[in-house]
Amino acid sequence: MTAAAADVALKKGQVGDPFSSAWRRRLPLLPALLYMVAITQLPFLVSIYYSLTNLKDRTQTLIPEPTKFVGIDNYRELYSDPFFRQAIWTSVKMTVLAVLLSLVIGTLFAILLDRKFLGQGLIRTLLITPFLLMPVVAALIWKQQMFSSLFGVLNKVLGFLGFNSVQFISDHPLGSIVTVLVWQWTPFMMLIVLAGLQSQPSDIIEAANVDGATSFGIFRQLTLPHLRRYLELGALLGSIYIVQAFDAIDVMTGGGPGSTNVPYYVYQQSIGGGFRYGAASAYAIVVVIFAIVIATFALRVLSSLFKDEERA
Amino acid sequence: MMRGTRLGVGERRAAVVGVGVLAWVVGLLWIFPVGWTLFTSFKTEQDAAAQTLHHGLGFGRYSDVSHSTTGVLSLQTAFMNSLVVVVVSTLIVLLLALPAAYALAIHPIHKWRDVLFFFISTKFLPIVASIFPIYVYAQKWNLIGTREVLIFLYIGINLPLAIWMIRSFFMEVPRELIEAAEIDGTSIFNQLRQVIMPIAAPGIAATALLCLIFAWNEYFYALQLNFANGSTMPQWVVANVSTRGNFLAKLSAASIIACLPVVIAGWAAQKRMIRGLSMGALK
Repeated sequence: MTAAAADVALKKGQVGDPFSSAWRRRLPLLPALLYMVAITQLPFLVSIYYSLTNLKDRTQTLIPEPTKFVGIDNYRELYSDPFFRQAIWTSVKMTVLAVLLSLVIGTLFAILLDRKFLGQGLIRTLLITPFLLMPVVAALIWKQQMFSSLFGVLNKVLGFLGFNSVQFISDHPLGSIVTVLVWQWTPFMMLIVLAGLQSQPSDIIEAANVDGATSFGIFRQLTLPHLRRYLELGALLGSIYIVQAFDAIDVMTGGGPGSTNVPYYVYQQSIGGGFRYGAASAYAIVVVIFAIVIATFALRVLSSLFKDEERA
Repeated sequence: MMRGTRLGVGERRAAVVGVGVLAWVVGLLWIFPVGWTLFTSFKTEQDAAAQTLHHGLGFGRYSDVSHSTTGVLSLQTAFMNSLVVVVVSTLIVLLLALPAAYALAIHPIHKWRDVLFFFISTKFLPIVASIFPIYVYAQKWNLIGTREVLIFLYIGINLPLAIWMIRSFFMEVPRELIEAAEIDGTSIFNQLRQVIMPIAAPGIAATALLCLIFAWNEYFYALQLNFANGSTMPQWVVANVSTRGNFLAKLSAASIIACLPVVIAGWAAQKRMIRGLSMGALK
């Protein structure tokens, strides 16, 4: 999306003379830049082309039909596909819920860990563990050991307390997946907010204390505004990863009703069984358009953080 | 600790103890699923399924999962695949990212900000948007099921992150040192090796670690492009889920084995990791 800008950056200056100082400066950058263009932008362009064809996987069909240009048929089909709309809605719910919950819980944890107590370092170390686990393993742990109606701890506890057992994954697929995502991402948010809390200048807080401000007043009027950019950064980075959630869905529900997000739906339409690369590419392109809209906004946030850093 | 200091000494101590107890309870509850998995991994399959403890604890399941049955992906194969893919891709990432970060931090090129944002914008590009062409061409070029295809892709996943991180670490190298080296006519390669790298070394190590973690945990590409003998650790764990017979204890042991290297590395580097994760935007 900003490839055009990068191109401009390369073309400007003394074109042609490879030994000019401008080119010598750019040279160390080129391998990395070309690599990223090749591995992200080229496939994207090919995807756009695929989306205008009826390409299918030859090895998966009995009667291979020749690939032909179908114009915007795939996009028209997508527009009237209720499952795709449902997947978008699921994606939105999953991302917003998981990001907000992990941000709120992570902030509470960070406030707790910002205080001094015995074993502070140990508890912080333990708390970040879920974030380090393979997403696949995290999902399996919750599926098999926590939610399962056969071996699950949660249902054991419910039974012990006299409640009926709950079929967590089949009755609440979205809730179950969001639980795992929140479990993994809360430590991440905690670390970011903790960095924010610890970068807070202590002299201002001291002054507020001397002036007789209450702890809550200090938190609301001084700490929270200071934390804002950290919270934004956490939300932004969390969204990048969570909107692409695949592993937890694949392992826990295999894309059952109510838990298929857009990436998983596109996967199901293509290499996950449908093998309709042309149609699936059209879905993917639409996802990219959404992503560009979100990313433009997100990059603006990141860029403002960045300018603060430059000024500091 | 400056906050909330207008309490009596006794009250303050009570508050400190209260916060400590609360933090411990919350922390232990949060990692309960991990602790439970560790516990299950030492049980026999019967005990694990029935959630009892009649047969004691032991390392039996660990030896079960590390001894392969023919026709099934073995731990040794998956581990070697993961190791090669993760280490090679991380080395190449560093090889590409170090000079790039130099061009963006030490002698910033014209429009360096746009280039930097181009790199990060690729992280917003949904993987599904590029997976078909990659899949189709990987098939064409007979790369499906090879380590090489995963190495290519993991470089793409980690390179933007690495450039951002290393750039932020390079920004902290004192300019006088670099200028002095330049006056002496030191080449870029030697500047990197003799002046910049020693100072930025801890940051570069943290970057490498983060790349290792992300590559080690990656599942989607590995599942799509690399099944059967080329499989990596996440697939090996999933392969321990069985539809026949009890598998809970074995699955737990496999999960612990698969996650342990990364968890220990992450614990050791937690302070630097946070800066890496925030793409160098936060100090």
